[in-house]
Amino acid sequence: MENLIALLVAAPLVGAALLLCGGKRLDRAGHWIGTLLAVASFAVAAVLFADMLGKAAGHRALHQHLFSWIPVGGFRADVAFQLDQLSMTFVLLITGVGSLIHIYSIGYMEHDERRRRFFGYLNLFLAAMLLLVLADNYLLLYVGWEGVGLASYLLIGFWQHKPSAATAAKKAFLVNRVGDIGLSIAIMVMFTTFGTFAFGPVLAATGDTGEGRLTAIGLMLLLAACGKSAQVPLQSWLGDAMEGPTPVSALIHAATMVTAGVYLITRSGAIFNAAPTAQLAVVVVGAVTLLFGAIVGCAKDDIKKALAGSTMSQIGYMILAAGLGPIGYAFAIMHLVTHGFFKAGLFLGAGSVMHGMNDEVDMRRYGGLRSYMPITFVTFGLGYLAIIGFPGLSGFFSKDKIIEAAFAKGGAEGWILGAAALLGAAITAFYMTRVMLMTFFGEKRWNPAEVHPHESPKSMTIPMIVLAVGSVFAGGLFSIDDAFVTWLEPVTSFAHGNSPVSATAVTAATIVVLLAGVGVAWLKYGRKPVPVAAPRGSVLTRAARRDLLQDDFNHIVFVRGGEQLTRTLVQLDHSLVDGAVNGTAASMGGLSGLLRRLQTGFVRSYAVQMLGGAAVLVAATLLMRSV
Amino acid sequence: MSSVASVHSLWTVAADMPGRIPAPHIEYAQLAPTLIVLGAAVVGVLIEAFLPRRSRYYAQLLLSVVALAAAFAAVIGLAAGGFGSAKAHIAAMGAIAVDGPALFLQGTILLVSLIAVFTFAERRLDPAAHGNRVDSFAAQAAAVPGGKAEQAAVKAGFTTTEVFPIVLFAIGGMLVFPAANDLLTLFIALEVFSLPLYILCALARRQRLLSQESAVKYFLLGAFSSAFLLFGVALLYGYAGTVTYSGIAEVISDGAKQIDPALAGTMGNDVLLLIGSALVVMGLLFKVGAVPFHMWTPDVYQGAPTPVTGFMAAATKVAAFGALLRLLYVVLPGLRWDWRPVMWGVAILTMLGGAIVAITQTDIKRMLAYSSIAHAGFILAGVIATSENGISSVLFYLGAYSFVTLGAFAVVTLVRDAGGEATQLSKWAGLGRRSPLVAAVFAIFLLAFAGIPLTSGFTGKFAVFKAAAESGAGWLVVVGVLSSAIAAFFYIRVIVLMFFNEPKAEGPTVAVPSPLTTTAIAFGVVVTLVLGLAPQYFLHLAGQASVFIR
Repeated sequence: MENLIALLVAAPLVGAALLLCGGKRLDRAGHWIGTLLAVASFAVAAVLFADMLGKAAGHRALHQHLFSWIPVGGFRADVAFQLDQLSMTFVLLITGVGSLIHIYSIGYMEHDERRRRFFGYLNLFLAAMLLLVLADNYLLLYVGWEGVGLASYLLIGFWQHKPSAATAAKKAFLVNRVGDIGLSIAIMVMFTTFGTFAFGPVLAATGDTGEGRLTAIGLMLLLAACGKSAQVPLQSWLGDAMEGPTPVSALIHAATMVTAGVYLITRSGAIFNAAPTAQLAVVVVGAVTLLFGAIVGCAKDDIKKALAGSTMSQIGYMILAAGLGPIGYAFAIMHLVTHGFFKAGLFLGAGSVMHGMNDEVDMRRYGGLRSYMPITFVTFGLGYLAIIGFPGLSGFFSKDKIIEAAFAKGGAEGWILGAAALLGAAITAFYMTRVMLMTFFGEKRWNPAEVHPHESPKSMTIPMIVLAVGSVFAGGLFSIDDAFVTWLEPVTSFAHGNSPVSATAVTAATIVVLLAGVGVAWLKYGRKPVPVAAPRGSVLTRAARRDLLQDDFNHIVFVRGGEQLTRTLVQLDHSLVDGAVNGTAASMGGLSGLLRRLQTGFVRSYAVQMLGGAAVLVAATLLMRSV
Repeated sequence: MSSVASVHSLWTVAADMPGRIPAPHIEYAQLAPTLIVLGAAVVGVLIEAFLPRRSRYYAQLLLSVVALAAAFAAVIGLAAGGFGSAKAHIAAMGAIAVDGPALFLQGTILLVSLIAVFTFAERRLDPAAHGNRVDSFAAQAAAVPGGKAEQAAVKAGFTTTEVFPIVLFAIGGMLVFPAANDLLTLFIALEVFSLPLYILCALARRQRLLSQESAVKYFLLGAFSSAFLLFGVALLYGYAGTVTYSGIAEVISDGAKQIDPALAGTMGNDVLLLIGSALVVMGLLFKVGAVPFHMWTPDVYQGAPTPVTGFMAAATKVAAFGALLRLLYVVLPGLRWDWRPVMWGVAILTMLGGAIVAITQTDIKRMLAYSSIAHAGFILAGVIATSENGISSVLFYLGAYSFVTLGAFAVVTLVRDAGGEATQLSKWAGLGRRSPLVAAVFAIFLLAFAGIPLTSGFTGKFAVFKAAAESGAGWLVVVGVLSSAIAAFFYIRVIVLMFFNEPKAEGPTVAVPSPLTTTAIAFGVVVTLVLGLAPQYFLHLAGQASVFIR
């Protein structure tokens, strides 16, 4: 059975190779090949999943050693896969949602000349992402990590003729590089500390290792996670990444790639458990980001950017949960899966709306679309209810558990984190209601002469329906008898937190803040007409529209600072280094010119110099004897 | 007995008993290399006297090449016969040593001379005068420059074929110089190779006044330094009562055993020893061109005919360093705590002085002259090491350096304009665009001079610096590396000039040489690259040849 694991990665990899190297003759069949191979990978995953369910909980992990990649002396890097419950969860999510989005893209990209290439990139992404979650060591994980970064770059900039898309792709790539450096440093420290990068030996040895080392590794891993998962302070690329085609936003920048950071932290749980400082940093990053993203999401009029803010915020929840240790890992992953369903669904819904609205993204030019695109409305609405945590839907179960776990952290920390998570829930309800109201309710703010909203074709609506079903039921299904927690427990271990507040009280509070958020949004956007031109807004609104000044901050601190630094260095180079070099050269030249004058061309002066030289030579020899 | 009476008795005793002077025992076979060359030189003089003018050139060239090749074969034979190691001994009544260093250096000198004779015989570079092919040498050396006699000689197509026997005499002296085992032989060998060189320097076909001026300067300064050397020899005789190397060394280490009555007042007087050895060393430093006895080098290198410059720069340096090595390692090892610090100073002055003054040179031959001064400094660093590694590194460096030098000067003979060789550096601008091959070859030589890896220059420099560092002169190596950096500047500048500057409209042309010069240059390139890429065999050879017989 374990021999099938490589097939998971191989199928989309073959697809990518075929589509990217196949040339024009595959233009007509390319999207079918790509979709077929994605579905094939999902089928293999389903077989493996069925097989895994048939085994006892402790014996479910599979291992496949492919070949020794770099065996040099004491350095050994293998290409080997590990399929345990955590990887399985990701594999199903990636191949499942990935297949649906491939299908959706057939319709969405129908009129794009470079559709074959698009599917090639999507397949490349699937292969890299599967490699990332299947690797049994950090070095191979790094290969996948870089692979998804590359695919993300290629897909964000897919419409490279638009300067904004090209810039966004570059920005995403550069910001991700900062995080990647963290991962590479973490791997190097790991190798010097443990002598290996395989998950098994590294995670088993954390007990015997100094906390300083582990904290360093943990912080570097967190930096990597921040880059890939768009967490503060490396969050700035995600909003711009929405320049890519919407299926890309749904798959890569909502459901899968951006959750790689959560995977990394959960996978490295043993390291963080033994390094409380690093763990604290993780929860702080999570809590800050969940509020940051939510606030940004409130102010955006671009539907995709509002959803991007929301993604950032929801991943903040996951990171927060992962930082809580064994009381949170399972809920982080659970929220990750349910979020994968409803956020992918929301993005596909947004794509469907744009498809019917001539690629308009400004929600102030939407309004009253519910009767024009009923399927989109219903599926988007279900995703909306799921994300705000409406009781009974997926998001309710997963988010509620995270808030509970945050309180269970204990002490002042617990109260602060819990309060932040609750506040985030309220804001989530607010901005998602705002999106919902501005898009599907209210009066039409578009010109019927120019725009003819219509429902999307079946290839697009069916994936939306499937994801909507997942958004409604997944959370409930996972929570029957704590099924999900039990499933993951062998990998992540699980501990019940001791919450100072009862579970019922937390649930009640969650529902109260949810209603409050929805109510405020309704007061602002449901009762009053939405102006087509955005009002000036408060200082906070204006700042939030500018992504809470993240780019301004980066510009002032890093770009200007970097420029200043390079200018200083160049100046130093000119004055100090070049000065020394040129000065030496000039002084040598000058000395040369002086000494040259001794060469008069007169044999008499040469003879005198020789005589002088002989005298000095004799004197020096005599002097040596006397001293 | 007063000293006057004892001198008198020496004379009378000798006169009274002529029969008691033993007939000198000469090992002709072991002296064969020198004898072949000197014999050929004498035959060359006879050729000048008896053969008709038109056939002299070929006869002389053939004779020289055969003689040098035969002498080289004799050296190889002696080395193969074990005279370089186990059977090394002192021949000719204690006058000449036949040992590893001597044979290695003689072999190097002979090979270098053979290649140099090729460049001497080159007759295709200078435009034919009145239908006659001419070489780099004056039509009639005795004719007044610019006078009627000269014009007539040029018109008649005369060439100075005497250069071949003259250079053979010089080579003969050079072969003896590093092998000389007593101070008088040393002095005679010095004169035997110096006098022909003075003449050769005066024989340039073009710019004859400059050439003659350089010869006179060389002669005057050479005579001056010979006087110092001879005075030093006298003082050393006064100190030791003998002129043989081993005898002096014995007195230095053990003190005088038998006081010669004639020298009762001076023997064992350290002041005589110190001054005498300093003066002898000075005479040799003059020949290697070490600062502050280097003043003749640029003037002579510039004025002499370029083939002669190449020959002098290569072969003279080999011979002189060989003699210096033997003097310091055989005669003065007991005195090394006195001479080492002094020689350190000389080495530093030489390395820095050569490199620094070369920066501002505008004439390629003068630049190469200063470069040779700097290289003399680098070699001195190896000489001072006073170890077997020091000797072998110097032997290797001399071999490597002399072929690069010969090749470089041979290239200089190719670049010509209306006035003969275009030695002004500015005229070389853009040479790489016009004649990429010649420029590339010259660039290889320059890189070797600069000591860039993969050339023989790097291997040699590394060897001498390593030996110097091992002998505890680390800071000497630091100075050496710094001067190498300074020197790299003016070598690389020429490369930049050749390849990255626009050619001048009225720039020089590159003459197409005969196979003679081509062979010389090609040999230089091959040796440079082989000693740079695979030096192991030759380093091993030099290592085996690094023991002096005492």
